[in-house]
Formats: sequence, structure tokens, C-alpha cells
Amino acid sequence: MSVLENVLDQYSSRVYKNRKEHMVDVNNNENNNQIAANVRTIPGIITQRGCCYAGCKGVVLGPIKDALQIVHGPIGCSYYAWGTRRHKGKTEEGVDNYLQYSFSTDMQEPDIVFGGEKKLKKAIAEAVDLFHPSTIFICSTCPVGLIGDDIHAVAKAAEKEYGIKCIAYSCEGYKGVSQSAGHHIANNQIMRYVIGEGDREIKSKFAVNILGEYNIGGDGWETERILKRIGYEVVSTFTGDSSIEDLKNAHKANLSLVQCHRSINYIAEMIEERYGIPWMKVNFIGVQGTIETLRNIAKYFNDEELTAKTEVVIADEIGLIADDMAYYKSKLKGKTAAIYVGGSRAHHYQFLLHDLGVSTILAGYEFGHRDEYEGREVLPFIKPDADSKNIESITVEPDKEKYHLYLPEEEINKLKEEKLIDYYGGMIKDMANGTYMVDDLNHFETEEFLKRLKPDIFFSGIKDKFVAQKSGILSRQLHSYDYSGPYSGFRGAVNFARDVTMGIYTPAWSFVKAPWKNTPVLEGTLGGE
Amino acid sequence: MLDYTKKEKYDRTALRVNPAKTCQPVGAMYAALGVHECMPHSHGSQGCCAFHRMFLTRHFKDPAMASTSSFTEGASVFGGGSNLKTAAKNIFDIYNPKIIAVHTTCLSETIGDDLNAFIQDIDIPEGKYMVHTNTPSYKGSHITGFSNMVASFISYLSVSSGNKNGKAVLMPGFVNPGDMRELKRLATALGVSYTMLPDTSGVLDSPMTGKFEMYPKGGTTVEEIIALGNSELTLAFGKFASEAGAETLKKKCGVPYNLLPIPIGISRTDEYIIALQAFSKTEVPYDIEEERGQLVDILIDIHPYTYNKKVAIFGDPDTVLGITEFVLEMGMIPKYVLTGTPGDAFVSAAEALFTKFGVDGCIAKAGGDLYELHQWIKEDGIDLIIGGTHGKHIARAEDIPFIRAGFPIIDRYIHSYMPLVGYKGGMRLAEMITNALMDRQDRDALEEDFEMVM
Ligand code: SF4
Ligand code: SF4
Repeated sequence: MSVLENVLDQYSSRVYKNRKEHMVDVNNNENNNQIAANVRTIPGIITQRGCCYAGCKGVVLGPIKDALQIVHGPIGCSYYAWGTRRHKGKTEEGVDNYLQYSFSTDMQEPDIVFGGEKKLKKAIAEAVDLFHPSTIFICSTCPVGLIGDDIHAVAKAAEKEYGIKCIAYSCEGYKGVSQSAGHHIANNQIMRYVIGEGDREIKSKFAVNILGEYNIGGDGWETERILKRIGYEVVSTFTGDSSIEDLKNAHKANLSLVQCHRSINYIAEMIEERYGIPWMKVNFIGVQGTIETLRNIAKYFNDEELTAKTEVVIADEIGLIADDMAYYKSKLKGKTAAIYVGGSRAHHYQFLLHDLGVSTILAGYEFGHRDEYEGREVLPFIKPDADSKNIESITVEPDKEKYHLYLPEEEINKLKEEKLIDYYGGMIKDMANGTYMVDDLNHFETEEFLKRLKPDIFFSGIKDKFVAQKSGILSRQLHSYDYSGPYSGFRGAVNFARDVTMGIYTPAWSFVKAPWKNTPVLEGTLGGE
Repeated sequence: MLDYTKKEKYDRTALRVNPAKTCQPVGAMYAALGVHECMPHSHGSQGCCAFHRMFLTRHFKDPAMASTSSFTEGASVFGGGSNLKTAAKNIFDIYNPKIIAVHTTCLSETIGDDLNAFIQDIDIPEGKYMVHTNTPSYKGSHITGFSNMVASFISYLSVSSGNKNGKAVLMPGFVNPGDMRELKRLATALGVSYTMLPDTSGVLDSPMTGKFEMYPKGGTTVEEIIALGNSELTLAFGKFASEAGAETLKKKCGVPYNLLPIPIGISRTDEYIIALQAFSKTEVPYDIEEERGQLVDILIDIHPYTYNKKVAIFGDPDTVLGITEFVLEMGMIPKYVLTGTPGDAFVSAAEALFTKFGVDGCIAKAGGDLYELHQWIKEDGIDLIIGGTHGKHIARAEDIPFIRAGFPIIDRYIHSYMPLVGYKGGMRLAEMITNALMDRQDRDALEEDFEMVM
């Protein structure tokens, strides 16, 4: 029996049938590498997935530092999203920074019974009094949708009354099947109410947006440092260390760089439709990944000087890390890894591991869709189901005034054909034969795969980290980087290599078995002689 | 650093800023993890379960297993009965627990799922159990959820057969595994045989063995919970976390209870020892008296550094009251005492302590938040903050020494192994407090005042 069959075989027939669709034995499976994704988790299964609210408030909105974000609901949801995702943000002159605060309406029973709108209105009034924010976000949690509070009407009224921006997000946890629904809801509202409103002057024609970069562990800062060194102007970052002011100006860029495809591709596409700005799937994780990405961006801008500068910067940056990388590679070469995280990282980190001579034998996404696995070519074949139909999809029209093309249309089309822009190939193309790709990898499967594949490292989230470690396998968190970072770009690669190396070589691993477990019962002599 | 917090008083009635509590289910999940071979199950959308597991894992640095009904929009409209049914089948099938402990979330509570009816409808395999508790997040806090789960285990399972078993029931309240071990050690030292419910020691502080165990060795067994009905007496620690469980056991099986404060500090530990002694009718062994004497000796030694120092304490009500009493015993002034969990009993208990020790000008508040605590500190400063991780921003903003005690502590390690309860716990707490204050004194000392001995 193959490893997959072995794992699946322990399920009842119904679960077996369902889960089988979510597993691919790369290039050896009957389905031609087709995978089921973005569908419901089976009740009772210990999943690592979160909810719509986590994707909306936790992932996309959370990092926007100058929006005062009120979570409308009972206390828990707001509490858990308070400072736990490590999206770093610098306080800047003239820009509010609420990242260290948690705001909630802390709904009580009467609010559930009689409706919570009144309390929400009051909460907004108090927030305005105390904090004078320029922007307020309202995120709703499970009970709010059920009792029917109209948070959008409350937001409209607040805008009028206080002369501020107030945006509501109906991101109740039960919507969709994972965090993914929440990304989409957040994207829609940002497109509707934020992007395009700014009139900041853009100084360089090499102007880019970085989309799907949330500045975990300072990743966004490292990426920006490299881009600026080459001569790019970063107009906005969605949404790591960002402010509403920055986001408003996204329509001024000439290219959108998409780091995390899943969480932000909606915005990338809508920006292109409305403002003519194409998007490029990039990856700043891994040395080779970063180099390739920088060259691709230069290719798009097609400017001799920029291209030359790109090579100079690449050579210089590599020079600075070469010794470190060589050292860590000598320590890690030949090791194997399994990765289960998010909706892009499971792909990106394979490049960085590859740089270090580590091969990835199992990878999966927590809330990816089929395109993250199989590439955007499968988009026309994805049938929407009831859960995805419930998530609003908005269409946008070209904006007559702000629409602009950096390259002539034929060239854009050529680049599209070359798949340099507007394309994402998915993870599968970068996975070797005989490796495994598993969607929504649950606890049981994690345990079983770890037992059978015995990777040296398991990259995951906090909920399964200690499961792996208790079974003797090093685990590092890839959502929060185990409180380290940055891991992006050239310097980040060294940080990552250092962290993995110290994990593998920590002497404590050698003490896991107590020595007396291996030695026979003492043959003592009497009297201590 | 919390730059927008102003000291001016402002009455908020709707906006919660930087809460000092969280929602019920995480407490219920923690309690259920203290039962051997139990799978905590979260009935609602999977996000809640993910958050709660994340939080427990971050505090304990150990796996916190729990399953979920994974509601999507359909279940939210039509009710979660079929989700629970499917879930139960899969859980027994795949994870083979002895018992499933279901708690609700604000979602299933709002749609009004009738868990009693659902569970009656479910085919529970022979020799297995399924219990539930209601944990609406719009009432109480995680402490309420903990207390509800303990009470539900008892009301579902405990029976009295008429034959007393000579045991005491120890209900430890929402404390760390390290505290539970210490409570048990003291009981054993006094010759009391007991059952502890819940008991997360061995579960959330499990050893590294090279093998992951879904159900580690620790936890109260189902048989033990059933037999609770035959116990002689319950020692319930903490009104907020344990009274409901003790009361349920009394009502259901006629087991009387003694509601004790969580034994943090000298007099509260004394109270526990006396209760144990009364139960077992044995002499207090010298070892314990020695520990007590050591603690008293320590407090006398350190008093120049602690006396009259002002401290803010926040966190869970039973724990905060314990720490408050202990710092009063140390001659400190618990200037601000705050819990996020609502309940007047907290305020009256705190005020009784202020009176007992004759301190003036202290404020106690239940159902408060850290924004307000910060405002008080800005208004009138203090020397030390004691509480969970979320106090670190205030500590940094106001440049005040901070020690972590209580729940949650998500930015430090090892705390959950070390007790705060008992004389030993007192020594540890006294050490942390004194060192924090002395470090501060060293840091602030002028060059010419900086001394080797202190
Ligand atoms: S939805 Fe309710 S139960 Fe779930 S995390 Fe939020 S407050 Fe807690
Ligand atoms: S990489 Fe994954 S976890 Fe991170 S933001 Fe993207 S979708 Fe979320």
C-alpha cells in the first residue's frame, strides 16, 4: 500500500472518500494531480483551519495601523486577534497606530436578544471621543449575522455624523469554509471604499504595490529595502505596516506584486480591471526565488538602467550572505521537510529550503483553493458550491480618469502569454515526483504522515507544533516564524537558515530517551563494592 | 506604546478596550482537557475552536487537542444537530476517546441548538460517554466556561451508590498544572486520599518521550468522576471557578463542600492545610510546617524591599484575590485590583481584604478592562504590575516592573510548571516580586549608590 492509502485506510468509508480527493501523490495519482480544495471541513475532524473572521480581521485588516478596528460581537474574537499575529507596524509622524489596542463591543445577553446596533453606535461614539480616529472598521462575528444587526447602515451613519471613514465588514465566522472567505470580504470592501481615493504624488515610474505581504516578523520591511535599493518606489503594501493613506494611492502604481496569492488575488485583479495595472506573482522567500522575482520585475519595467541596477544589487546582496548560506547549507543539506501552512507559504518556503539543500516531501495549504495547487489554468474548471456562492464577488469597471497603462497593450498581452504577469502556476509544478500534496491536512493525517515519512522538520502553526515535537520532530511555526524573522529576501534567508539549524542541532534532542531505558537493570554488587 | 490612553476619567458603557477576560469556551476546553481520554468538542464554527486551541497552546506550550462541529452557513440556519451527529461518529471512529465533552459557542447558542436533545439522539458506542455544557460567550468569561464544564461533568456522570469511599474531592479552579500538582502534594502530605477534577497535570505539562500521545497519562478518569458521588467532602477552590461544580455535586449526590479561596499566600494556604487536617485528622507533618516557616522567614527578610510598595494586579478573579491577599501579607499595597470577569463578589472580597489589612485608597473592579487599569495607573502611579502577558504594554508605556502570573502568559516559558499555590508557590511569587523590585532599584541607582550587597 502506498503511504497515502495507508493513511486513508484508517478512515470510515465516507471520510475516506472525502479525504482521498484532498490528497495527491505527485505525478503518480490517478487524478492527474487534481486536488479538492476550499470545501467544507468534515465535522468532528480536528482541523487546523480558522474562520472567515480570522481571514478578514486577523489577516487582511489587522495590519492596517491607522484604522481603529471595532469587533462587533462577544469578547472572544476580538481578544484572540489582539497582537497574536505579529504583523509589525512602525509609528510614523502624523499617522495613527492602534496596533496595540483591542476594541470590541463585548456583546452581552441583552444585546443578543434585543439587537446590538445601539451598543455598536455607542461604541463608535466612545471611540471617536477617546481616540479621534480618521478611520473606523467594524468587523462582525458569528451572532451578529444571526440577529441581523445592520452594521453597514451603522457605518454609513457614523461617516456622516463624525466626518470620518467608517467601513463595515460582514465577516461572521460561519461564512465560507475557512479563513479564505474573510480575505475575499476584506478585499471587496477595501476595493470599494479605499483604493483610488488618494492623490499622493508618485515620484518614480518604477512604482509598485506589494500585495499579500503582511510584514510578519518584518518581512515586508526587508522586501521593501531591497526594492528601494534597486530604485523602485513602493506605493502601498497590502497590508503589512500600512496605513489607509498608503492604500488609497494603490491606483498610482505601475505594477502590483503579489506575494500571497490566496489572500489578495481579488484586489490584484480588480486593480487591473479598474486602473489598468497588471499584477505579477512574486516570491521574496528564498535566495533564488528572490533573484528570479527581481529579474522578472525588471523585465516588466524593461529599462536598461533598472535592469543593470538589479544585477548589481543581486550580486552585492548575495556576496553579503554567501558565507553564511554556505555554512548553513553544510549543516542542513540532505534533510527533509514537511510544510503545512496558510495559502502561499507552503509553496514559497520550498524554494528557501531548496537553497539550503533541504527537500520538501509533503506540503499542503490550510485554506488554499485549487489554483494555489494546480495553477490559475484550472480557474475555469472550478465549480462554485453553495459555500463559495455565499461570498459576494464584485465586478469593477475601468475608471475613465485613473486608468493607465505602463506598457502598450500588445506588450502586456505578450507578457501575459509568457505568463510573466497575471499568472500563478501553483505549487504542484515545483513539487518533485513522489512527494505529497495534501489539502486541509488535519491532525490525524499529520500524525500519520509524520510517522511514515519521518521528515526532519515540520513547518506548521502553533496548534500542531507541539504534536510534532512531542513525537521527536523539530517544528517551526511558519505563520508567526516562532517570534523570529524576517525570513524574506537575502538577509531573511540567513535568519531562517540559522533558526532551522539551531533547532536541528539543539543538544536537548539527544536526551529524549532516558539512558536507563536502554541499559539492562543494574547488576549491582552488595555493599556498594 | 498605548499612546492614546489618557488619564482623564471617561465613562464607557459600550466600547471594550483591551479586555481582561475572554470568552467561555476556552475555559470549558481547558476543563475538559483535565479529564483523561476526553476529547473537548467545540460546537460551532471551526474558527472558535482554532482560536481556543491556539490560546491554550501558547500558554502551555503543549498540544491542546479539540474537535469542532465546523459549522458553515447552512448549519447556522438549520441548526447544528446533524453536524454534531456526524462529528460524534467521526470522533469516536478516528480518535477513540473515552468521552466527548461538548461545549457551545456563541453561534450555536444564538441559534438555540438544544444539545441535550442532540446528544440523546446520538449513538454513543458502548462504554463511551458524551456530555455537554452551555458556554454562551455573551455571558461571564472563560472562568464561567470552566466552571460550567466542571459542573456538567458532574451532573452528567457522578452518582452516589450509597457507599462512601473516604475520599475528598479537590476542585482546583482555573489554575496551572503546576498548581494542581502542588495542591495534590499537600493533600498527600496530610494523608488525604482524593480525586481532583479537573486535573490537567500530566496533560498540559506532559513529558517529552519521543512519542505523541493524544491522551497523555494525566487527567481525572471517567470512573473517578462517576465515583465523585461517593466522596465525603469537596474542597472547592475559588468561588468563581469551583463553586458551581461543588454545588452541583452537593445537589446531585449530597456531597457537602467547603468553599476555600485558592491557597495563594500564607493564611490561605493555612486554611487549606487546616481543612486537610480536619478531613484526615492527622497531625500536620513537620515538612509542611518547615515550608511554612521558611516562607515566613523569607517575608521577614525581604520586607525592606516590599513594604508599602504599590502594586496593580489583574487577571482571573480567584487568582487575583489570592495574589492580593499575599501581597497584603507582604506589607505591599494592592492599589488596583481588577478582573475582566463580571461579578460583585469579586469586589466585595477584595474590599474585605483591604479592610482586613487596613489599607486605604485601593480600587477593586470586576468586569473592567486594561484600558481603565492603565488610566488609573496614569492618574496615580505604582511600583509593580502583576498579571498575564497583556499587561506588558502598560508596563513598558509607564516603565513599571512587571511580573507574569495567572492566565494567559503567552510570551514566557515554564510558568505553568511552577505553582503559585501553597507555601512553595508563595516562595516563588515572593522571589519574583522581590527580584523585580530589586532589579529595578539596581537599574535606577546612581553610580555612587550602586552597591554589591543589598
Ligand atoms: S465567536 Fe464567540 S465563542 Fe467563538 S471565539 Fe468569538 S466570542 Fe468566542
Ligand atoms: S501566506 Fe497564508 S497565512 Fe499568510 S497571509 Fe497568506 S494566506 Fe494567510
